[in-house]
Amino acid sequence: MSLAMQRRRATAARVGKQFRDSRSGMIGLGILAVFVVMALAAPLLADANQLNPVFARNAGNPQWATPGEFGPLGTDHIRRSVWAQFVWGSRVSLFVGLAATVLTILIGSVIGIVSGFFGRRTDAVLMRLTEWFLVIPFLPLAIVLASVLGRSVWNIIFVIGITSWPSTARLVRAQVLTVKQRLFVDRAKSLGAGGPHIVARHILPNVSGLILANATLAVPVSILTETTLAFLGLGDPASASWGKTLEEAFANGAMIRNAWWYFVPAGLGILAVVLAFTLVGRTLEEIANPRLGGDR
Amino acid sequence: MKRGRGRLVLRKVLGSLLTLVFVLVFNFVLFRIVETDPVASLFRGRNIPAERLEELRAEFGLDQPLGTQFVFYMRETFQLNLGISYQSRQPVWDEIRSRIPATLALVGSSAVFSALIGTIGGVIAAWRRNTWKDHSITSGTMLFYSMPDFWLGMILLVAFAVVLGWFPVGGIVDLGSTAGGLELLLDQLHHMFLPALTLTLAYLGEYTLVTRSSLLDVMGEDYLTVARAKGLRDVMVRNRHAVPNALLPVVTLLAINFGFILSGAIAVEAVFSWPGLGKATADAIRGPDLPMLQGLFLLFSSAVIFFNLIADLAYSWLDPRVETA
Repeated sequence: MSLAMQRRRATAARVGKQFRDSRSGMIGLGILAVFVVMALAAPLLADANQLNPVFARNAGNPQWATPGEFGPLGTDHIRRSVWAQFVWGSRVSLFVGLAATVLTILIGSVIGIVSGFFGRRTDAVLMRLTEWFLVIPFLPLAIVLASVLGRSVWNIIFVIGITSWPSTARLVRAQVLTVKQRLFVDRAKSLGAGGPHIVARHILPNVSGLILANATLAVPVSILTETTLAFLGLGDPASASWGKTLEEAFANGAMIRNAWWYFVPAGLGILAVVLAFTLVGRTLEEIANPRLGGDR
Repeated sequence: MKRGRGRLVLRKVLGSLLTLVFVLVFNFVLFRIVETDPVASLFRGRNIPAERLEELRAEFGLDQPLGTQFVFYMRETFQLNLGISYQSRQPVWDEIRSRIPATLALVGSSAVFSALIGTIGGVIAAWRRNTWKDHSITSGTMLFYSMPDFWLGMILLVAFAVVLGWFPVGGIVDLGSTAGGLELLLDQLHHMFLPALTLTLAYLGEYTLVTRSSLLDVMGEDYLTVARAKGLRDVMVRNRHAVPNALLPVVTLLAINFGFILSGAIAVEAVFSWPGLGKATADAIRGPDLPMLQGLFLLFSSAVIFFNLIADLAYSWLDPRVETA
């Protein structure tokens, strides 16, 4: 085994140990595991036909049934099972949240690395662009883009990705700037290494921990943004996320009827997932950047 | 020194103007891509002769080349001529202007309350760190921070307006009410309570966390030890020496958040049917009422750019170290 491999394994083991020692990190991971299993096992947990109003009517579901009358979570205005919406909604919400985060981190990391590594004019132009995206109010921009592009899952992912990369870019750039000053980069350069090699073998491994922590903390933002966009009617009509459930509950008078079973579960799902990612992300951040200390 | 400050201010102001021009270009390009024929959209479903449509297109400058259209657009925008709303068929700026006070009242008061309560919570949490007080404050704010703000609003609305009936379910005044003066004001405050509570709870977390971590930073400083050594009571050490030095990031956060005030409550305003800019945005999405969205986006962006500039300048004034940067 090469020396680099051994070192990498040792680092992974150390990070794993530090993570297991953090109580809040493990709680977050536990909550997350529950929801990931639920999203993956959706077909086993709830019949997808229950999402279809025609099927629900033919099955003889009651309308606006309380959880007591129709288990486990009652029905909505068009007789669909709320439990089925909750289970299948977790898939959409998690998928959009994760996919949008991947896009955010990809754009942010590429811009941050290019900007930090090449410096000079490239840096100036890219940072001006980043600053512009930072200043523009994020939600209105997402709304405007989503209205213009149309309502589909991929458009929502694109809109979230394109509006939330700037803070990642800034963070990665700052980290690249410090790594660039280190001796091993000079050493690689003097041995004749080119730009791509230095970025791939020396810069990336040294910023990856930070990128991972940042990515975990970006998921809550993606999920909350998807929820808000869906609530405002910009979600995909074909695939129901938790945000879409909230929108339909609100639009069809669930609140005036006090049909709490319709809108409480979806909100709790979002709350739990967002909290879980935040807990895991903060733990990773503390490990990647020990200067933050355990106090915060 | 004086000259350095003048140049700093000039550079920041120019930077902000450049950002504003970016917004205008972006706005123009984006909406020209989707909306090739605003005249047709505006009079959709109405029987208007083709010649009249041509006249209107000429009036809007749509028969001109793109460059000329852009100049036209810029000139009109600076005269606050933002087009005509598809939904109400009123000028966009009139629609927007009439909704500013409601949003300012709601989001402004929530911003002040959340900053005040959040900062106090952060100070208590940091000063008593790792005690039960700290843990309950930190986990409480994390909880509110993690939920969609409009969902919190839905829960509060059902609990306090639908079930308990203490507050109205939406709007800004009772329907059909002819009250004036003090009675009207009380009615409006009664309507504002729940949305304001929602936003206050939703914004709290940020202030608590920033204050807490900023205070923790200064708590190891020598001047606090000195203050204690000269026999000051704990409360005095905290209020006179620790807190003032930890407040700088909070002030910046407040200034930046003021920029987001106008756009801050889109979904919450929709939940409570609060007739402000947020509700206007939510309604414009349904259309979609593109001229309205365009105007709102321009207003929201300008507010953020303006208050960012103020925050930048205030920061360099409050903290002299920034000047060299």
